[in-house]
Amino acid sequence: MDWMTILGTVAGIMMLVFLWPAYKHWSQNSPKAEQGDWASVLVALGAVVLLVIVLIALVR
Amino acid sequence: MNRYETVVSGGYQSAASANKVLKNTYLLLSATLFFSAVMAAVSIALQVPSIAYIISVIGAMVMGIFVLPRTANSSKGIGVIFLITGLLGFGLGPILSMYLSLPNGPQTIATAFGGTGIIFLGLSGYALTSKRDFSFMGGFLFAGMMVLVVGMIANLFLQMPLLSLVVAGGIILVMSGFILFDTSRILRGGETNYIMATYGLFLSLFNIFISLLQILGIFGSDE
Repeated sequence: MDWMTILGTVAGIMMLVFLWPAYKHWSQNSPKAEQGDWASVLVALGAVVLLVIVLIALVR
Repeated sequence: MNRYETVVSGGYQSAASANKVLKNTYLLLSATLFFSAVMAAVSIALQVPSIAYIISVIGAMVMGIFVLPRTANSSKGIGVIFLITGLLGFGLGPILSMYLSLPNGPQTIATAFGGTGIIFLGLSGYALTSKRDFSFMGGFLFAGMMVLVVGMIANLFLQMPLLSLVVAGGIILVMSGFILFDTSRILRGGETNYIMATYGLFLSLFNIFISLLQILGIFGSDE
C-alpha cells in the first residue's frame, strides 16, 4: 500500500467523521420541501448534466 | 399599522443584511479564487510532487474544521480563509502539471475551468432569481456526500475507472446542489457570516473543477 492510498483513506475517514454531525443536524432540522421544490432542483441539475455532456463532446 | 411597519422594516433590514452578506461573499470568493490560482501557478513552477495534493487537502480540511469556525467572526478569519484556499490551490499544482503534460491537456483544463464557471454562475443566478428555499435539501446533500466519500475510499483500493467516473459525476451533482443550498441560505439569512459562506462556495467550486477535469480527462484521452 503506497502513501497516497494511506493518506487518501485517512482523509476520507476524517471527512466521514466530520460530515456525520452535519448530516444528523440537517436530516432532523431541514424544512419540508414544498410543492415544486424538487422539480426546480431537478431542472437545475438536469441543466448541469446537459452542460457536462456538451463539454465531453467538445474534448472528444 | 405600527405592527405592519415593524414587519416591513424588519423584512427590509434582513433583506439588506442578506444582500450585504451576499456581496461580501462574492467579493471574498473572487479574491480567494484568484489567490488560489496564483498558488496553483507557483506550485506548477516549483514542480511539487503529487503527494502535495493529498497533504494540502488534509491540511485545508483540518484548518476548515478546527480553525476557521473559531476565527470566522474576527479579522483573523480572512487570513485563515486565504491560507485554506491558497493551500488547496497549491495542492492543485501537481494535478494541473499532469494534465498539462497530456496531448490535449491545456484544452481539457480550459474546458473544465470554463464549465465550472458556467455551472457556478448558472446555479447562483437560478437560486437568486427563483427565490426558492433550497435548505430542504440539507439532509439529502450531506447523505449524498457521505456515500460519495465511501465510494472514493473504496476506489482507492479497487482502482475501477467506472467507479471513479460515477463518483466524479456524483460529486458534480452534489456540489451543484450545495451551490443552490448555500446561496439560498445566504439570501434567507440562514448564513450570516460571509467567511463561512465563502468557504462553502469555494469548496463546491473546487470539487466541481477537480471532478470535471477528471471526467473530461477520461473522455478526452485516446485510450
